Amino acid sequence: MINLIINKISRLLSGIGHRMIARIWRLGAGARLFMLAIIYSGESFKRFHLTLREIYFTGVMSLLIIIVSAFFVGMVLALQGYNTLQKYGSSEAIGVLVALALVRELGPVVTALLFAGRAGTAITAEIGLMKTTEQLSAMEMMAVNPIARVVAPRFWAGVISMPILASLFSMVGVLGGYLVAVPLIGVDEGAFWSQMQANVDVRADIINGVIKSVVFGVACTMIALFEGFDAPPTAEGVSHATTRTVVISSLTVLGLDFVLTSFMLVV
Amino acid sequence: MTSNIVEIDNLSFGYNGRLLHKGINMVFPKRKVVAIMGGSGSGKTTLLRLIGGQIKPTKGEVRVDGHVVHKQTRDGIYQLRRTMGMLFQHGALFTDLSVFDNVAFPMRELTDLPESMIRDLVLLKLNAVGLRGAHKFMPAELSGGMARRVALARAVALDPNIIMYDEPFAGLDPISMGVICGLIRSLNDALGATSIIVSHDVKETFLIADYVYFVANGEVTAEGTPEDLMQSTLPFVHQFVHGEKDGPVPFHYAAPDYRAQLLG
Amino acid sequence: MERTKIDLWVGIFVALGAAALLGLAMKVGNLTSNTIGETYHVSAAFENIGGLKPNAPVKSAGVVVGRVAEIGFDPKTYEAIVTIKIDKRYEFPKDTFANIYTAGLLGEQYVGLEAGGEDDVLKSGDKITQTQDAIVLEKMISQFLYSKASETEADKGAEATAPAASKEGKSTELGDAPF
Repeated sequence: MINLIINKISRLLSGIGHRMIARIWRLGAGARLFMLAIIYSGESFKRFHLTLREIYFTGVMSLLIIIVSAFFVGMVLALQGYNTLQKYGSSEAIGVLVALALVRELGPVVTALLFAGRAGTAITAEIGLMKTTEQLSAMEMMAVNPIARVVAPRFWAGVISMPILASLFSMVGVLGGYLVAVPLIGVDEGAFWSQMQANVDVRADIINGVIKSVVFGVACTMIALFEGFDAPPTAEGVSHATTRTVVISSLTVLGLDFVLTSFMLVV
Repeated sequence: MTSNIVEIDNLSFGYNGRLLHKGINMVFPKRKVVAIMGGSGSGKTTLLRLIGGQIKPTKGEVRVDGHVVHKQTRDGIYQLRRTMGMLFQHGALFTDLSVFDNVAFPMRELTDLPESMIRDLVLLKLNAVGLRGAHKFMPAELSGGMARRVALARAVALDPNIIMYDEPFAGLDPISMGVICGLIRSLNDALGATSIIVSHDVKETFLIADYVYFVANGEVTAEGTPEDLMQSTLPFVHQFVHGEKDGPVPFHYAAPDYRAQLLG
Repeated sequence: MERTKIDLWVGIFVALGAAALLGLAMKVGNLTSNTIGETYHVSAAFENIGGLKPNAPVKSAGVVVGRVAEIGFDPKTYEAIVTIKIDKRYEFPKDTFANIYTAGLLGEQYVGLEAGGEDDVLKSGDKITQTQDAIVLEKMISQFLYSKASETEADKGAEATAPAASKEGKSTELGDAPF
């Protein structure tokens, strides 16, 4: 009986250990892909149309979802904020609330989450499919480096697109908040903008938000690329990889957000 | 310099100690069409990957044009690969590029040719496979046989010395099969290249091959011209060539005694 | 053909992003109000600055005329030295009075300047001598409670001026505070 229990526990532990080792292995492989992407990114700038094309597919194609979501997020923020602020008689501060929430947190974070769902999955599926149909192998046999030709342009496209999308998200969100606060609720327009301007700092809030979104861009794109590259070359493997992209990207973004925020508030 | 462009010397390859190939020797003379035949899972495709330098042998070596492939640097392997063309099993066309761009891909990536010359060359290659009229199509709009022909045009885009075919006949209708068959032979002779065909389609392969290697259980079990092999009395070759159900390759996978297992 | 279309879209995309960032900086952030042109620096010593922070506004008659540039501590007098930068366009007399006020009951703190009557004006590097400290809420409440307790036998009518009494009668405006 005791033997059986010990046996079970040791099997459980070794199972956990195996999984941990596999995770660490993948982490290392991901880091190596990241390094290779950096090393071989010369071509994505020399032949910029390669990167341009990927910016189109990751950035421009995400515009609609980003703008629509931002608009609604801004409107909801204004409604909720007003509901609470008017109890304290400071409904003019609604502009500050909407702007700070968007510029500091929601802009970069929600954009990254939407990006992972919209562009990240597309990247993973595309690369997974290229692997499944031997396109990557074919490229390699043609003496063309798939990392320089496929990975690096997508990587830079993601890194460039993310801050643009996040800035758009924040700006459109503020406009959404404005539409609810000023014409709908009737907050004074001058107070709305001036309070906002008095309390949102360009360096501490806006630039930090942009820095966050650049970091998220690196993380989300890299995860999507790695999952695609690492996917087993089967239909099932690619579909699992796509799911993993969303899960891992989301968790990474939220975790990184905490780390970055604590750095930014301390410094 | 020998007259063999590719030589495989006592090659062994395997994963985790289990050997897929056990000491294989093969030579591929210049300007010939040489076929490697064998059952599914006998490691034929792996041989092509070893020649292309995508994987490293466990033992022995592959020489391409006198260079030992696995001892090359990354640049050296890329240099060797520029002299090779490969047709993948399902074509492996780039799905996001048009037929024209697919064929132009190796030229744009590896040469500095002006766009006008690339255009002429691409149309020339597409004309050779009879698909000049389809240059605007996307790969998704092509039939299996057409995709294979486009992939063939892409494989010979840079006039390679060695053309490798991975299962060129698999999954094609008889007409397309005949077309591909004729193309392999005519391209080989027109380019003065060496063709290496990996296949298990006996009829088509024997029609165009100058020399055939049979691979089974990680070894070369038989070799010779198609005519010799048709007459071969070796049990395995006989079973393979004539497609018999039972023989040295048994119908039943190794199992304990049926009677004992049922009653067990 | 296709390539130019993509170029166009990416161009629009990047332009939108730049516009959004510019909009954030100008309309949402304080980039515009931050640039108050050329300034001159004046310092003032306070016994207590409360929650005043660098870059807080300096107002006169409610108009922003400058910003707090630097906050230091004088180890000899144990006072806070607040350096403020004032827009060159505005000149203040030598005997200008510097206060630290709070926007609203719990809001941010800012420096308020009240012009005096002298003919000489403040120049860069000058020191404002007449200052009034920040109001620290806890201090006020405790003073209020203390005076309330000592007042139990006294007349109720003194209640309104009680918190101001300990301030050496200097700050009359506190008398209007809702205590």
